[in-house]
Parts: sequence; C-alpha cells; structure tokens
Amino acid sequence: MKLARLLIISLLVALAAVAFAREGHKVQHGDAVAQKTVEHADGKHEEGLGTTLVHILEHHLVDSQHMELFGMDIHLPHFEIAGYEFALTKHRVWWLIALMLMGLLVWSAARQKTAVPTGFRNMLESMILFVRNEVVRPNLHDKTDTFMPYFMTLFTGILFSNLLGLLPWGSSATGNVNVTAGLALCTLSLMVGMGVKENGLGGFLHHFAPPGVPGWLMPLMIIIEIVSFLIRPFALTIRLFANMLAGHAVLAVLLGLIVSVVFAPPAILVAVGVFMLEIIVALIQSYIFIMLTATFMGLTMHPSH
Amino acid sequence: MELGNGLALLGAGLGAGLFALGAGIGIGSIGKGAMDGIARQPESAGKIQGAALVMAGLVEGAALFAFLICILIWTK
Repeated sequence: MKLARLLIISLLVALAAVAFAREGHKVQHGDAVAQKTVEHADGKHEEGLGTTLVHILEHHLVDSQHMELFGMDIHLPHFEIAGYEFALTKHRVWWLIALMLMGLLVWSAARQKTAVPTGFRNMLESMILFVRNEVVRPNLHDKTDTFMPYFMTLFTGILFSNLLGLLPWGSSATGNVNVTAGLALCTLSLMVGMGVKENGLGGFLHHFAPPGVPGWLMPLMIIIEIVSFLIRPFALTIRLFANMLAGHAVLAVLLGLIVSVVFAPPAILVAVGVFMLEIIVALIQSYIFIMLTATFMGLTMHPSH
Repeated sequence: MELGNGLALLGAGLGAGLFALGAGIGIGSIGKGAMDGIARQPESAGKIQGAALVMAGLVEGAALFAFLICILIWTK
C-alpha cells in the first residue's frame, strides 16, 4: 500500500519534470531562433539562461488563452455578448475544475445514507469537524453554523486549486492575484457587513476611534486604525498569491539549472523535495486563509475593547 | 548589459538574500520555541507542531512579499 502510494507520487513528480523539461526545450528552441534573427539583425545577442527562465516563468504563471494539456496546445474560446468580452482563460478553466472536483467530492460523500461513515466521508467529516471546532467556533461563537458552508467552500476550493497546480500541465488559479483579491474582497465585505450587523453602524465606526486616546492624537489614530483594517485583506491577497507563485517559480528555477546531464540528478532531487514542501504549503495556506478570515470577522463582530 | 540594469539585478539579488535571512531568523525562532515546548511537554507535541507550521506559514507569507518585489525587478 505504501509502495503504491510512493510509486504514484514519484510518477506524478516525474511527469511534472517531463512537462517542465519539454517546456524548457521548446522555449530554448524558440529562443535560439529568436537569437539567430537578432544576431542577423544587429550582430549581438542576449545571455541565454536568464531570459529562458523568464520565458518559462511567464508561460507557467501568467494567465493566457492557451491551455496546454497532454502536449496539445488548446486555444480556449472567447466570445462577445452585448459589447462585453467573455473569455475562458487557463486560470478560469482550472478554477472551474477545482470547484467541480470540490462539488463532486462533497456530493459523493453526502450521498451516503449509512450512520457510520466510510471512505471519503470519513476524511470530509474530520475536515469539517476540524474547521468548525478549531477555526470557526473560537472566533464566531454562536454564528458558527451560519458561516460553516462559506468557510468549507473557501477551504476546499482554495485547497483543490492549490493542489491542481502541482499536477503536470496543471495551473493553480490561486497563483493569480485577481483570484486571491476576489477571495479577500469577500472577506472584507463579510468583515464590514457582519461588523455593522452585530454592532450597528455607530458601534462599527466607534471601533476605529479607540477610547482613552488624547484628543490631539485622535486624527492620527483613526487613520492608523483604518489603514490597519484595510491592510488585512490586502495581506491575505498577497500571502496566498505569493506562496503559490513562489513555489512554482522555485521549481522552475531549480529545473532550469539543468544545463547538462551532469546537473540533472541533484537538481531533480532538490526539486522533488521542494515539490513535497509545496504539498504541505498548499494545505497550510488554505488553512491560514480561512483561519485569518475567521479571526478578522471575529475581531469586527466582537470587539473586546 | 547596461550599468542601470546590472544595478537593478544586484538590488534584486541582495533583496532575495535579505528576505531569506529574515525568514530564516523568523522560522528559526519558531522552531526553537516549538522544540522547547515539545521538550517540556512531549504529550502535546502534535498541537505544538500544528501551531508551529501555521506560524511558519505566516512568516513565510511576509517574506514572500519581498520575493514578489525581487521577481518584479528581475522580470522588468
């Protein structure tokens, strides 16, 4: 059983390495052509490795309308409705896949009618219990059950999206700053909305003017409080986005070190280690996201001072 | 390569080194705290490990802000 698991993991890693290597080969080839043309044009050319890495990173991290799957280059459709452009992009497709997987998992677990959970439902129930008892309840108290669906959606969605980026040809939608900014905006609106709902508009605004501060310091304190309030969702955005980006960038750079066969074994060994770390990071970052969301909501809903 | 470009790359490299330094210090002190805690109370090792991993994730998040800036300079 353990052996089978190890085999599957190593197969995935090898596939990822192959995908990266193919990518690098292609880009290098393209670069060589470009360099040749540049050489012909003005007689000088740029340094190879750095620009190649930048190309690979751009190709893997930047959203595009091309999606590569099993070696095929798929051009995603885009259409116009009433003057608005709707385009399917790589990150949108992978985000939809993550959400569909999430729905499928929950649906298959919820179909079980037996009293004793088996299989996936075991895992899901332990996850839900963890999120409810360790993350949401200490912060939201009696509002826990109202917000559990939101937190579980957030958690599993981000988790699946993070993990899908580790598959060969996969891409994490959470590695796109727009996605994480959207998720953080949901957090911000919940912070403001629940703060106003629980404490009233006056109570919510009173939170920005802490008592016991001398009058001449008050304007400064209000500005500081507002900035510290708004910087929380911003930090959420950057944290998740940068973590996903950094993992892929480090993997690409490590595999980009392979300039000849001699460098391949150590580079791949380290890359496998980083890959394992990325699996942990995917879990931890989705946990941190919901934990901070719950903490911030709790802070605006129950200001203790 | 122009001097300005070279200086920009030097800045990005120095920044990368500095953020690795900061993150290393942060995660190191978290690890020290966790090890101390586990040595004192081996029975709550699981809880301490979980909390330490989360704190390491937070420190890493702060360090990655710097990483982002370095990448921005590098790809400019």
